[in-house]
Parts: sequence; C-alpha cells; structure tokens
Amino acid sequence: MSRHDIQLSVNGATHRVQVESRLLLVHLLRENLRLTGTHIGCDTTHCGACTVLLDGDPVKSCTVLAVQAEGSQITTVEGLEQDGKLHPVQEAFWENHGLQCGYCTPGMMITGCALLARDKNPSEAQIREAISGNLCRCTGYSNIVKAIQSAAEHLRQQ
Amino acid sequence: MIPSAFDYHAPASIPEAIALLSRFGESAKVISGGQSLLPLLKLRLGTAEHLVDIGRIAGLEYVREEGGSLRIGGRTRESVLERSEIVQTRFPILLDTARVIADPLVRNRATVGGNLAHGDPANDHPATMLALRATVVAQGPNGERTIPIDRFFTGLFATALAADEILTEIRIPVPPNRSGGAYMKLERKVGDYATAAAAAQVTLDGAGNFTEVGLALTNAGPVPVRASAAEDVLLGKRADDARIAEAARRAAEVASPTADRRGSVEYKREMARVLAVRALKKAVERAGGR
Ligand SMILES: Cc1cc2nc3c(=O)[nH]c(=O)nc-3n(C[C@H](O)[C@H](O)[C@H](O)COP(=O)(O)OP(=O)(O)OC[C@H]3O[C@@H](n4cnc5c(N)ncnc54)[C@H](O)[C@@H]3O)c2cc1C
Ligand code: FES
Ligand code: FES
Repeated sequence: MSRHDIQLSVNGATHRVQVESRLLLVHLLRENLRLTGTHIGCDTTHCGACTVLLDGDPVKSCTVLAVQAEGSQITTVEGLEQDGKLHPVQEAFWENHGLQCGYCTPGMMITGCALLARDKNPSEAQIREAISGNLCRCTGYSNIVKAIQSAAEHLRQQ
Repeated sequence: MIPSAFDYHAPASIPEAIALLSRFGESAKVISGGQSLLPLLKLRLGTAEHLVDIGRIAGLEYVREEGGSLRIGGRTRESVLERSEIVQTRFPILLDTARVIADPLVRNRATVGGNLAHGDPANDHPATMLALRATVVAQGPNGERTIPIDRFFTGLFATALAADEILTEIRIPVPPNRSGGAYMKLERKVGDYATAAAAAQVTLDGAGNFTEVGLALTNAGPVPVRASAAEDVLLGKRADDARIAEAARRAAEVASPTADRRGSVEYKREMARVLAVRALKKAVERAGGR
C-alpha cells in the first residue's frame, strides 16, 4: 500500500498532505481538513451529497481518490462564501426555502454554482437536468429549482 | 466504504503506463474516470493490488474528425463528448447515448474508453459503437493494434484488451450523406442502467432504401448484442413501417436478458422490440427519410 505526498488547493488555500492511496477525496476533505460541509449520503455514487468542484466541474467526491486530486483546485460549500458574504446561490436557497433538512444542500448548491458559472440563463429543464445527479430525500425540488432560478436572475443583474 | 489497500501509480506517458502494466500483470488495473472501478473496489466486489492511473497522461482527451473517421481519445470524458460541436451537429446518436449515461456529475469523470473497456453489457456506449461499426485502438508492449468493435466484447466484463494494453482511441467511420442514428433507452430513473435500449444507425439511398444498417441492443445478454438478422431484413429494402416492425421483431429474438428488479425476461424482450422500432424510425428520420 503506497503513501503519497500530495498538494492541492481547497477553497483557495494550498494544502500539503500525506495520504494513503486508497483514501477517498471526501474523507480527505472531511477528516484530514475538517471541512465537514461536504456530506456523505449514499457512499455509492448515487446521491450527490458529496459533490465538490474539481477544477470547476461538479463531481462526486466519494468516487474520486484523494491522490487523483493532486495538483487540482477543489471548491467545497465552505468556499462559496466570499469575505463574509454568502454566494448568490446560498442567498437564494435561504430566501426561497431551498432546503428542509439540509442534507443534500451543500451538493445542490455546488452543482447550482457550476451550472450558473457556465450559463446565467438556464431554462427550468436545464436546471432539472443539471441537478439530476443530486438527490433530495426531503423531495424539495420545486424550491431548489426556484432558488437556482432566483440566483441566476441575481447574477444576471450583477 | 473504503477499498482494500492498493499501490497507486500515476505514469506521465503511455509507454510508462504500459511498462507498469506489463510489470504487474493481472494484479494491476487501469483506472481512468474511476466511476465503475471505484464503486467496485469500495463495495469490495473487486480488488486490485496496483492501480495505474492514466489520468495524468496528456493528449488522450479529444473529439475530432481525421482521415474519414471521428476520433475519440481513450480518456475523453462523457461531458466533453456531449459538448463537442461535431458530436452535437453530426453524431446525434452519440449525444443521445452520452446524455442517458449515469448523471451529469458522474459524466464529468466517466470516460467513453472506460465505458467500453469495462465490458459491462449494461453500459450504453457498446451498443452505439456496434451500430456505428467503430474500431477500438489499443496500445501495448508490441505497439498499436486496432480491434473491430464486433471482436471487442468477449464475455461478461471481459474484452479483447490484454492486461498490459490501454485503449487509446475509438474510431468511427464518418457516415455518408443521408445517414442518421439514434439511441433509445428505457430506464427507471436518471442514473439507472437500461431496462432495455437499442442503438440504430442507417444510411438511405435516393429512393429511400436502406444501404447500410447497424442495430444493437444494451443489457440483452452477457455481451452487447448486434441484431444481425434484423439488419439483414432491412438492407436494400424500403424504409417503411412494416419492414421496421419486422426487423425489430427479429432483434427482440436475439435478446436474452435476465430477470431482475427492472423486469421479467418477457417484459425486457418486448421493450427491446419497442425501442428497436423507435430507434430505427428516429434514425430514418434523421437520415432525411420520412
Ligand atoms: C451511479 C452510476 C450510474 C451509472 N450509470 C450508467 C449508465 O446508465 N450507463 C452507462 O453506460 N454507464 C453507467 N455508469 C458507468 C459509468 O459510465 C462508468 O464510469 C464507465 O462505464 C467507466 O468509465 P471510467 O472512465 O469511469 O472507467 P473506470 O471506472 O476507471 O474503469 C472501468 C474499467 O475499465 C478499465 N479501463 C478504463 N479505461 C481504460 C483504458 N483507457 N484502457 C484500458 N482499460 C481501461 C479499467 O481497468 C476498469 O476495469 C454509471 C456509474 C455510476 C457510478
Ligand atoms: S455520498 Fe457520494 S454520491 Fe452519495
Ligand atoms: S433538504 Fe433534506 S435532503 Fe434535501
């Protein structure tokens, strides 16, 4: 079993860590770096609670090895807020009651941010397609979609 | 869930990767997007002593037309395939296929090469590549070789790739004018494997007769299935509803699905027939037929 010294940027901060080859990215984030905003739901690549941005793309961090992320830029939900100000997607989830228990929320918001970074005017169908890999066990999809639509509107006005 | 321990190698070039694979033999596995392999290792349904990550090798992700073929780099992610302009404008069957694979998050990691190399008859690209009569390019210790897609899938989770070979490219002949293709999949929900699915690629002549037909089924046996008898029914004949219905019946006859939570054998075979009709009709429509 090999160990590796890896360097990666998480929410803009550079981290150097030694990891076992089998360590999953989600565990690196939650246990080594104590960034527990990224959740583990299914642990079988289905729910998207563990979604983070890897070099800008939303991916399921329970299905990426930490060593595979060497040299990359990771954004977790903790990295969305800037200078004490919530990201427009976070504001919009709050305002539109886009969460109930909150378990899926970090993943939903990360996926929403990635969508809006590509397209500030997505249709409802495109939003639903984008979040189709993120499951909400509280089934609050209507308000999640509304929140992303409202964040999009806000971003278009900026 | 945590996989059992393994050694991880991140070669920077194809020769380096092949050298590692040759050295470790059967105890090594290539890891590409990891979206099939990591779930298997986590559930401990599979093991590997060595993982050779081809993700650090530059130049394996591309979609371009060259020498009469569409060339897809062996490590091209599904999301890159979906966004490729040439795929969007000229290979709607590939777009149909990529869009029903897993979900958008998985598609940001999963690769087209991995989808074939995994040898899973439930995966969606194999049937599409059969319909398109693709060729797989592999590199190993003795250099490069090409494998026709009809000889690529050798059994359940088994392919013609040797343990020390890497799938480096997929080549698809650029279809002539008046060609079209479509992939139709029935799934219970986003991210599910096919209950049944059919891939059809056709070319018509000026009179509306089939001059080329490719038809294949997903999740209809231990390997992806080409419906040769159905293709023969159509070749040289008019693209009308009666012929298409007859071809789809022949296609369903070669389906040997297994019963599971997605349905009984009878149901799946019937769905294969229905989807074959829909895929053929859509392919004809896209080819400029009715
Ligand atoms: C929740 C979920 C749902 C899914 N749903 C679908 C679906 O509906 N349809 C579908 O088609 N797929 C589905 N998949 C599978 C997904 O598309 C896989 O990722 C893909 O089939 C494998 O690609 P990969 O790059 O991730 O390969 P990996 O997981 O890295 O590798 C898979 C296998 O192929 C081998 N391999 C990979 N690349 C190469 C190469 N270049 N050369 C030699 N060997 C190689 C590996 O050694 C391994 O044995 C799903 C996956 C998940 C997690
Ligand atoms: S915990 Fe990663 S997808 Fe569910
Ligand atoms: S808010 Fe409870 S899982 Fe989505």
